[in-house]
Amino acid sequence: MKNHYWSYILVMAAVTYLIRVLPLTLIRKQIRNKTIRSFLFYVPYVTLAVMTFPAILGETASKWSAAAALLVGAVLAFFGSDLMVVSLSCCITVYLVELFL
Amino acid sequence: MYIIIPSKDTVNVRGKISVCFSQPPEYTGKKIEKIYGIAVFYVSCIIYKAAGGKNRMKTENKNAYMLGIRHGWPIGVGYFAVSFALGIAARNAGFSALQAGVMSALCSASAGQFAGITLAASGASYLEMAVMELIVNARYLLMSCALTQKLDSKLSTGHRLLLANYITDEIFGLSVTTSGKLNPFYSYGIITVASPGWILGTCFGVIMGNILPSAVVSALSVGLYGMFLAIIIPPTRTNKVIAFLVPLSMGASALFTCLNDRDLLKMSGGNRIIVLTIVISLLAAIFFPHAEETDCTKGVKK
Repeated sequence: MKNHYWSYILVMAAVTYLIRVLPLTLIRKQIRNKTIRSFLFYVPYVTLAVMTFPAILGETASKWSAAAALLVGAVLAFFGSDLMVVSLSCCITVYLVELFL
Repeated sequence: MYIIIPSKDTVNVRGKISVCFSQPPEYTGKKIEKIYGIAVFYVSCIIYKAAGGKNRMKTENKNAYMLGIRHGWPIGVGYFAVSFALGIAARNAGFSALQAGVMSALCSASAGQFAGITLAASGASYLEMAVMELIVNARYLLMSCALTQKLDSKLSTGHRLLLANYITDEIFGLSVTTSGKLNPFYSYGIITVASPGWILGTCFGVIMGNILPSAVVSALSVGLYGMFLAIIIPPTRTNKVIAFLVPLSMGASALFTCLNDRDLLKMSGGNRIIVLTIVISLLAAIFFPHAEETDCTKGVKK
């Protein structure tokens, strides 16, 4: 155990928490500006899409298993499957594809 | 390699997490079980207090809390897998299980923690550490701005302080796509099952290194992406702008990654996410402003 790591952890925690807490506590009123509202509405979809692809391809042992999982997940989600079903199907797809690769 | 066998007390302690281990020689699980017990007690005290102290939790809040638990457990399992990898990295950098667990409890930010571990191992200055965390975690600033619009403007500071610590990609994704105002107890439900997965996964990663079969790690690691898909894909059926933005964002992200791999562009993964999110969302907001409260989350089934 390295004791000076505790101060690193403290710095990390402080910065990370400040980033998250400041807007949440300081901005309380409804923002009326339509452009800002639209921007904030689109942020989660865009950011999750950007984070999903192509990062998912590097996440598994093989590119192809991840690509198969992406396809299975997208199709299931499009046809309205449950969050948990989509998530587990992706995992099972990867496991099965890697079994046969 | 240790045989994976579920035993009664490991199942009880870890609750939702179904992957159980027999005791390796250097097993220090007793300590972790104690820490987990204290953490769960502490969290439930806060929730109890927030729910009105001696009075019973309001039915509405209780329902939201239970729904959060139901939606949250895949996050917990996914977190366990991802943070297991994080724990292995922390172990290699010389972190103890306790340090790694505390770090995960206080930060809950995968990319930020990975970056932090790397910097700590290289003996960086505290300023470097702070700047790095600021850059890698800048997207949480955007998420926090978006989440505050989902909250009742009268919601107390206490709730906000607690919610803020758990603005992660996944918990934020679920919380912000609920219809109408967000009941903080929904998020607390998610946090109750997700956060222990994250913390315990990190601790076990440090303690047990590479014990989990790689095929299982590989399979579990796409679980979180599956959840992202379940959040972003259903609204593409009802909202044309989102239907256009999702493939566009993925394509742009792939293009930037490709350019980066070929050294045509110098941009870290964290920066790529920030830049693309701001640019694409801003352009969409200017050219296709979102019609107010046509509830495009109706199509989301969770």
